[in-house]
Amino acid sequence: MSTTTLDQSTFYLVDEEAEAHHPEGGTLLGFWIYLMSDALIFATLFATYGVLATAYAGGPTQRDLFELPLVALNTAILLVSSITYGFAMMAMQDGKLGGTRLWLVVTALLGMAFVGVELYEFGTLIAEGATPQTSAFLSAFFTLVATHGLHVTVGIIWIGVMLVQLGQRGLHPENQQRLMCLSMFWHFLDVVWIGVFTFVYLLGVVQ
Amino acid sequence: MSADASHANANAHGSRRSYLLGFLLSVVLTAVPFWLVMTGAIADAATTAALVVVLAIVQILVHTVFFLHVNPRAEGGWTLMAYAFTAVLVVICIGGSLWIMHHLNLNMMPITGTEMSNQP
Repeated sequence: MSTTTLDQSTFYLVDEEAEAHHPEGGTLLGFWIYLMSDALIFATLFATYGVLATAYAGGPTQRDLFELPLVALNTAILLVSSITYGFAMMAMQDGKLGGTRLWLVVTALLGMAFVGVELYEFGTLIAEGATPQTSAFLSAFFTLVATHGLHVTVGIIWIGVMLVQLGQRGLHPENQQRLMCLSMFWHFLDVVWIGVFTFVYLLGVVQ
Repeated sequence: MSADASHANANAHGSRRSYLLGFLLSVVLTAVPFWLVMTGAIADAATTAALVVVLAIVQILVHTVFFLHVNPRAEGGWTLMAYAFTAVLVVICIGGSLWIMHHLNLNMMPITGTEMSNQP
């Protein structure tokens, strides 16, 4: 009986300590778990693409369609946007509001350039007659790449929202936490893009 | 204990040096596979493909460590735990789908001439 009471009190002590370690209430961990579930959405889309990658239905193949210089350009844009977001986080840690906003604007512009190049690529493909309706390969391709592009678009909108909030309230703790979540989101999208340019574009052209 | 935790939190979002190091590594890890594929530096397609996949996996790990700051200390180790669990699920989902569908294709009835012309 007395042992149980002792165990209980020990348990509560540990709990209080854990609270002290997470003054943000677990928001960052919760957002991380959302990102992991998002990774599973992309995993299913990658699996679909992998299964259907040779289902051409007599239509064009990866070799006929993909222009690697354009993909290399887009990859470079997204990679640079990762480091510029990193600079925004550095400026935030130094408490520099101006620097944070500047680097966020640069990141958003790079994100827009990325989406712009991707839309240009989609436009070229559709003009060539390689629409999502052409073959299972192209359906899977457009679904996977456009889902990533849509995520980047949402990220750009989120950066816009953060710029407004920073303008109104500055670098208060809540905004810092939001910027950390956005940081994870943005870097996560870059990780997904590594999968896209490797498995869709590079391996599609090699084989 | 509490001071230790706040110290870990300060590190959790990276320093300028770790960002720059991660960026340099990922530039190399991006440039090399594009160079391999675009110039055809290695004649054998299978070797090129294997190298490109290995470089991608390394680059994903570099981004995870240097940009996403996943490490055993962040959030009491739970981000790393969730990440490892997700990695297992992703591998099962993609690898399992490809494996099963490949064997399903192999076990299909042999196809005839006109259908054959539509195959890659």
